[in-house]
Amino acid sequence: MTKPIYLDYQATTPCDPRVVEKMLPYFTEHFGNPHSRSHVYGWDAEDAVEDARAKVASILKVSPKEIIFTSGATESNNLALKGVMGFYGKEKPHLITCVTEHKCVLDTARHLEQQGYEVTYLPVKPNGLIDLDELKAAITDKTALVSIMIANNEIGVIQPIAEIGQICRERGVFFHTDAAQAVGKIPLDMDAMNIDLLSVSGHKVYGPKGVGALYVRRKPRVRLQALINGGGQERGMRSGTLSPALCVGLGEACALAEKEMDFEGKRQKEFADLFTSMVRDELAEVVLNGDEKHRLAGSLNLSFAGVEGEGLMMGINNLAVSSGSACTSASLEPSYVLRALGVDEEMAHTSLRISFGRFTTEDEVRTAATKIIQEVKRLREMSPLWEMMQEGIDLKSIQWAEH
Amino acid sequence: MAYSNMLIDHYEHPRNVGGLDKDSPNVGTGLVGAPACGDVMKLQIEVGEDGTITDAKFKTFGCGSAIASSSLVTEWVKGKTLDEAKSIRNTEIAQHLSLPPVKIHCSMLAEDAIKAAVKDLQDKKAKGAAA
Repeated sequence: MTKPIYLDYQATTPCDPRVVEKMLPYFTEHFGNPHSRSHVYGWDAEDAVEDARAKVASILKVSPKEIIFTSGATESNNLALKGVMGFYGKEKPHLITCVTEHKCVLDTARHLEQQGYEVTYLPVKPNGLIDLDELKAAITDKTALVSIMIANNEIGVIQPIAEIGQICRERGVFFHTDAAQAVGKIPLDMDAMNIDLLSVSGHKVYGPKGVGALYVRRKPRVRLQALINGGGQERGMRSGTLSPALCVGLGEACALAEKEMDFEGKRQKEFADLFTSMVRDELAEVVLNGDEKHRLAGSLNLSFAGVEGEGLMMGINNLAVSSGSACTSASLEPSYVLRALGVDEEMAHTSLRISFGRFTTEDEVRTAATKIIQEVKRLREMSPLWEMMQEGIDLKSIQWAEH
Repeated sequence: MAYSNMLIDHYEHPRNVGGLDKDSPNVGTGLVGAPACGDVMKLQIEVGEDGTITDAKFKTFGCGSAIASSSLVTEWVKGKTLDEAKSIRNTEIAQHLSLPPVKIHCSMLAEDAIKAAVKDLQDKKAKGAAA
């Protein structure tokens, strides 16, 4: 069986072969411990790690001294939230985040609530963006940290980061952002955007899985309580021997992304536009979830009215995409992100997330659109909901037996 | 998730998709499930003079297992009396399609759809007899 066309770059990306090539020597000939100070094995590994650190710093326009390597964005987000609250939380026990954040931020926030901290979860507007006035109103003199992601992992919308940063700076509150979906896709500038902490994921930028980074501002200084204690590596904020191979991989991935960002952004925008116009030419009642303008170039989240997402995915099994529908997860709840936007539950069940990436070709985009059009048409023909919609029956007027 | 060939066959080549005249005294319609839960089945059955089911049609909004379950029951109910149709159990549907455990609710919905269609038909007949 030939493998399906991969259109799920928001879930993960393949490691770029150029990245793998740079990593390989650090598993074998340069196997040293980067923290060994007494011989050339250690020095070589340390040089590689520091070179990688500089590359991660470059894409964020910061000093390498402000970059901490971690195991991934989940750890970075945990360290940012728990670390800041742990250090400043006695005086300022309040954290502000948002209902559409990644689970690793929301779950960490819940954990902090259980520890006695106070958390405000900002709602989002129907376009998926937060209301800046609501953010301003939520900040109090007890607020230590605001954590709002740059780009959403399900719907691809981009929050007004610079404006959020400015509000936080004016109010003397630290600003952390989960940039797992944004690094390498949109230009980032920590000073211009007033970002104090930022989480990076390796495997979302064509780097390896198992590595990430946290940017921690030095001026004005942000202090963190470490989660992992030990030998005091990473300026005491994250102990444990670094993996030079993984660090080199993340560094090279960032360097490539920085170099190719403009070109890739344009290419993926063309793909998204092509796909959308092909689909809309053939199908009515296709809704783009999330803001149309403020979004990642290559990410689409579409609801196909009358067609259940998982049923659709079974029909398009030559495409690797994901669905906001319930049944993909074990729970029967549809996506909490779509629900937060106020998308009707039945429309949330009809959504597909399609994301294009560095290795997507125009042929693949055309094949995907053609297949999706064909299957949506077929499934709408056998959909009682589509039939009712065509007859002008309001689905909300029917007394459904919820099960 | 690996699906059985039987399930995939019903999904790719569903039997008896469509509708029957819901206003006909010989047609019973069952509409079960809810859009908010991600599956809705409409099952219609038609009975002949002798009281056996002569035709069945369905439309389903849902995952592949829901579509296959409803397609299968349209085949199974044909030629059966209403009582025989009502005795079809979700476990038989689940077993025939080798539904994975998380999809058992699809077979339960198909069983409910048969019961709802039979009830609609019997209600119609009772009303017709009373009038």
